[in-house]
Amino acid sequence: MSDLSRRKLITTGIAAAAGVSGLAVAGGLAKRHGLIPPDASGPYGPGETLNYAAQRILNKYSMAREFSPSQISNPPFANEVAPLGDDFQRLQQGRFADWRLAVDGMAAHPATFSLADLKSHPSRSQITHLACEEGWSYIAQWTGVPLSHVLDIVGVLPQAKYVVYFSIQKDWWDSIDMADALHPQTLIAHSMNGADLPVGLGGPLRMRVPRQLGYKNVKYITRLTVTDDLRRFGKGLGSASPEGGYAWYAGI
Amino acid sequence: MADAAWAAPSTAAVPARTVASRHSALVRVTHWITALAFVALLVTGIEILISHPRFYWGETGNIHTTPLFKIPIPASRATVPTGYGYVLPDQNGWSRYLHFQSAWVIVITGLLYVIFSFFSGHLRKNLLPNRADLSWRTFSASIANHLRFKRPGEEEAWSYNVLQRLSYLAVIFVLFPLIIWTGLAMSPAIASVFPSAVSVLGGQQSARTIHFFVTVLLFLFLLVHIMMICLAGFRNRMGAMITGHSATNKERV
Repeated sequence: MSDLSRRKLITTGIAAAAGVSGLAVAGGLAKRHGLIPPDASGPYGPGETLNYAAQRILNKYSMAREFSPSQISNPPFANEVAPLGDDFQRLQQGRFADWRLAVDGMAAHPATFSLADLKSHPSRSQITHLACEEGWSYIAQWTGVPLSHVLDIVGVLPQAKYVVYFSIQKDWWDSIDMADALHPQTLIAHSMNGADLPVGLGGPLRMRVPRQLGYKNVKYITRLTVTDDLRRFGKGLGSASPEGGYAWYAGI
Repeated sequence: MADAAWAAPSTAAVPARTVASRHSALVRVTHWITALAFVALLVTGIEILISHPRFYWGETGNIHTTPLFKIPIPASRATVPTGYGYVLPDQNGWSRYLHFQSAWVIVITGLLYVIFSFFSGHLRKNLLPNRADLSWRTFSASIANHLRFKRPGEEEAWSYNVLQRLSYLAVIFVLFPLIIWTGLAMSPAIASVFPSAVSVLGGQQSARTIHFFVTVLLFLFLLVHIMMICLAGFRNRMGAMITGHSATNKERV
C-alpha cells in the first residue's frame, strides 16, 4: 500500500467517523430541543426533521408578512368541502348560537366557549397570505381571538408541547407546536374581510396559522386539546395529514 | 501528488498511458448524488405541478385569477379547469416529502462540491475559462464545432472546452442558487423570516413561476449534457465519471 492510498484511507475513515458521530450528536440535540416532528419515522424522516428543525431555529419568533387592504383577493378561493352532516346543518340553522369550542387536556381550568364568548374577547385582525400545497393562494383579512389568549384563560401547564385541534368533520384534525400555538398571529378566526367567516371558508370557526400552508388551517373547529405527547392521537403521527401521506409540518 | 489525486490534469498534460485519472473521487461522487437527487426533484416537481398547472405573477393566484400561462395538461385536482374530462390521482403527499428531502441532499452535496472546487483548484483549473479561451477566435471556433456536431478530439477528453466551462459555471453559480432561492421563497415560514427575499422576486406566485422556468433551463441543460456525452463517446465518458479513468485510445474516431 502506497503512502498516498494509506493517507487517503485514513482521511476517509476519520471523515466518515466524524460524519456519523456528528449526525448522532445533531440527532440528540434535535430531540432534546423538540426539533423532531411526529412523522419523523419512515423514509422521509430525515428530510422532514431537517425542514422542521431548520425552520424552527430560524423562525421561532418571526412574523408572517401582512399586506395592505388593496391587496386582498376578491373573491377568495377555497377547495370544496365534503358534505358537512346533520349536526353541522342543525347548528347552521341556529346561526351557530349553539356552536361550542371545548378546550381541554393539559390546562388548569378546562373550559368551553360559545361563538359569542369568543367574539367578546379581544380580537386581532391581520391581512395575510394563505397558500395551498397545490400551488394556489389568496390574501384576506382574518379576525379572531389569538390562540395564545385562549390558552392563557384555561391556564396551560408548563409541560405542554402541542395543541391538537379537531374539526366537526371527523377525519380532520391537526396539531401545532407551542411556537406556533403561542405565536401572536395564530388565531381562532371567526371573521373574514369584515364579515362572519363564510361556511365555505371554514366558518364559523377556523384555525388560522399564517406561517404554515393551507391544510394546517383546519375548518369548523370544535375542540382543542393541549398535550405533551402526540402519540396518543390517531396513529400517533401528529395529525390526520401524515395518515393521508402529507407532512405534519407545513411551513414549506 | 495530493493535488493530482484531486484534480484532473490539464490539457497540456495528456498522459501517454491509455488509462489515466480523469475525474477526482469527490467530483464523481458529488456528480452522481446530484444526478440522482435532480431526477427525484424533477419527477416530484412535475407531480406537484400537476395539482395546479397554472402560473401567475405577483403574490396571489388561484382559479379566479387570470393566469400568466397554463400548461395544457390534466390536473390532479377537480377544482382546476383544464378542459380535460378527468382528474389524475393525487401524488402530492409523497412528492412533497421526497422533493424536500432531495433538495437537502442536493444542497448539501452542492455546497461540498463548491467548497472543494474553491480549495482544490478544480474551479480555477477545470471550470474557469483561461484567458486564451476567452478570445473571440477560440470562442467562435468552439461554437462552430458545437453547431457542426463535431465529435471532440482526444485532447478534449482531458479538459472542458470553453462553452462547456461557461455552461457548468452558469448551472452551478446562477441556476442552482436561483432555484434554491425561488423554492425557499414559496415557503410561508421562510417568507416570515426573510420577507424581502420574496418581495424582490415580485411575490410568492412570481417565485413559483421563476422556479418553473429555472427547472426548464436545468432540464434543457440535462438534455444537452446527455447528448454531448453520447456524441463524445458514451462508454468512455460514463466510464470516466464512474471509475475516474479514461481509456483514451480505445474510442478513437
